[in-house]
Amino acid sequence: MADKNGFFDLSKSTLSRRTALKGIVAGAGLALAPGFVRYSQAQSSAPIKIGFQSHRTGIGAAYGRWYEKTSAAAVKAINDAGGISGRKVELVIEDDGTDPARGAEVVGKFATQHKTDIVFGTLFSHVVIGSAPAAGENKIPYFVVSEGHHVASTKLNRYVFQPGITDVKSQIQSMAPWIAANAGKKVTQIFPDFAFGYDHRDYLPPALKAQGADVIAQIAIPPTESSFTKYFPQIPAETEVIYHVMVGPAVLTFVKELGEFYGSQRPQLFGFIDSLEAVDINSPGLEFLDGSHFWEGSPRYAQPDDSAAQKAYRAAVGIDDNGAAVGDPKDVSTAAHMFGCWETLYVVKKAMEDAGYKGPEDRAKLVEATEALKEFAEGPEHPQGPKTFNGKIHQCFGIQNISKVEGGKLKVVHKTKIEDGLYEPEGDYTTQAL
Amino acid sequence: MKDASPAKIYALHIGVIALLFALNFVLPDYHQGLFARIMALAVFAMGYNLLFGYVGLLSLGHAMFFSAGLYGAGLAVYQLGWGVPEAFVAGVACGALLALVIGLLALRTSGVAFMIVTMMFAQVFYLLILYFAAWTGGDQGLVIQQPSRIIAIGGASLDLTNPTVRYMSALALFSVVLLITLVLVRSRFGRVLVAIRENEERTKMLGYDTVANKLVAVVASGAICAASGAAYALLFGYIGSSFASVQYSILPLLWVLLGGAATILGPLIGTLFMYYVTDITSGFTSAYLLIVGVALILLVLFFPKGVLGSVRQRWLGWLP
Repeated sequence: MADKNGFFDLSKSTLSRRTALKGIVAGAGLALAPGFVRYSQAQSSAPIKIGFQSHRTGIGAAYGRWYEKTSAAAVKAINDAGGISGRKVELVIEDDGTDPARGAEVVGKFATQHKTDIVFGTLFSHVVIGSAPAAGENKIPYFVVSEGHHVASTKLNRYVFQPGITDVKSQIQSMAPWIAANAGKKVTQIFPDFAFGYDHRDYLPPALKAQGADVIAQIAIPPTESSFTKYFPQIPAETEVIYHVMVGPAVLTFVKELGEFYGSQRPQLFGFIDSLEAVDINSPGLEFLDGSHFWEGSPRYAQPDDSAAQKAYRAAVGIDDNGAAVGDPKDVSTAAHMFGCWETLYVVKKAMEDAGYKGPEDRAKLVEATEALKEFAEGPEHPQGPKTFNGKIHQCFGIQNISKVEGGKLKVVHKTKIEDGLYEPEGDYTTQAL
Repeated sequence: MKDASPAKIYALHIGVIALLFALNFVLPDYHQGLFARIMALAVFAMGYNLLFGYVGLLSLGHAMFFSAGLYGAGLAVYQLGWGVPEAFVAGVACGALLALVIGLLALRTSGVAFMIVTMMFAQVFYLLILYFAAWTGGDQGLVIQQPSRIIAIGGASLDLTNPTVRYMSALALFSVVLLITLVLVRSRFGRVLVAIRENEERTKMLGYDTVANKLVAVVASGAICAASGAAYALLFGYIGSSFASVQYSILPLLWVLLGGAATILGPLIGTLFMYYVTDITSGFTSAYLLIVGVALILLVLFFPKGVLGSVRQRWLGWLP
């Protein structure tokens, strides 16, 4: 029963699934049951359905909530302006529990039950990596907003894209020139002993080396640790900069204990805001961070030189000048990342319109049209800044912000260039079959 | 257990397999995919049930056997470039070997201590996966690409990423394990296991080497769970440390408790039930785990022996 490709394909046997469906009464009963309804093919005027794989529960819930808010705002803006190719856009949301196994099931559910046109919106790396095979097998374009290097590593598949947020390798590389020139040349890294930390462990030393600076110590902290004082004596005395990327609930303890360890005489501190996304920078215990610097994808606090597009984006999403929800100052957003949802949806719009996308039968065209994109100009669709897109590795590149904690706010003191974050492609998705 | 003719018992179980076979042609695409996962994970629950249901040993560390199979098979493909059949065997062997070592150590304890010791070993296994992230992919995990998941048979090939092939592969594994466990628990060995569960001292006094029997049960249970993990890696193409977390030690316990401990078909029913309650309720509320929890409490209150356990107690005493 081998087909011309030599594949043993039971679905093409004489007893096809559809034939059997017609013949089996029990099957008909099941097919009529709620949840088993086969959907009719989308009409040309029917909404474009975007499956939003959301971290509504689990460790990513704080991000998930803000990703939903931002995406809803972007969809509203797109629909108010006429939709995609004149069709309205509709978000279909499923919770993946921030779990890779459930993530894969959710992607399958979007493709085969909800019949969405694409899947979108995933943040956590392990969920993206766990879901990617399901996207490839169902041949459904999967637009993630994860900042992980996994897409650009070309270890996933041709259906996975990250066009709305830069990847962590690019971000780290962009930070190195500023750190070496302004903070110091002897850097000690403190990072969590799992994948997020490993990206920083692996990519920072060569990036700093290229700038004439060195990582003189790397301190990995086990993810189960809740007290950090015992690790601080490992920081070499000649350290000029402590580069820290701790994440999770223990980060407040980490900062507090670091403050107690150093007192008023401390090296320069540089961190990634991932540590404090959705956390008020003025929380008790974080005073020690005053004067230190952070990477931010998009600034949390409104800046004096914000563009009109940035202001319009913040108003549409509903965040105030402090990056918290309008009307609820304690509900701090995940501003440094969630802009990626907004921008990704506009990339999807552009690619669908370029491809003349009509429905799921045009998914391959959509993949090729996305791969053909080269750059995104700064403006209402890309308020974070201009970007270039490498269709071979399905990854965008953009500017990064370095912000200083001053008077309980984050003030942008430096913006990197797109070129600072470019690196040699590690592969080419376009060589894979569609 | 009331007497029933073996023909009746085997007819029931083969009927279930036939029903699952027929469902492949009936189920809509999404549910076909979900059933493939459920069957693969029901094997995990069956492996757990062998130890928990029939021997009465409550382990909180079976995620390590599942993930030993997952990584044994997945890394054999990803790092060593092995074919699917060899990788599957490697996965099962890893689980069996690990179960032998863990069994030799953990069976020196019983009751609550056994739970804690198995949980600790599983935690060590989980942390080792994170520690050796350079090979295992750590918490992010690794993707096994489609070309690596094709089995070449002569001139033809079986593509495990094809939904029908995947469903049938999961069904084949499920059927084999179902029949093996059925034969096992109805055998003399199975009756010794139940005797150990009911009264270990008396079983010992009757001349049985209870430690050796329990060790065989641990290894068989570990190997079956590893088969489930190996199948999961090869069928769905992802391996990650979350499968070794404590959550995946508790899940098979819940599935078995729900379906009915010490019943052959209970693990399938429990897995099916939990999957569909989660899948359906998550469409209505983000508090779906609360609903799952309430459903579990209600089941424990009204079906304390699980669905099939209660059915056996009230109506079908002959159910194995």
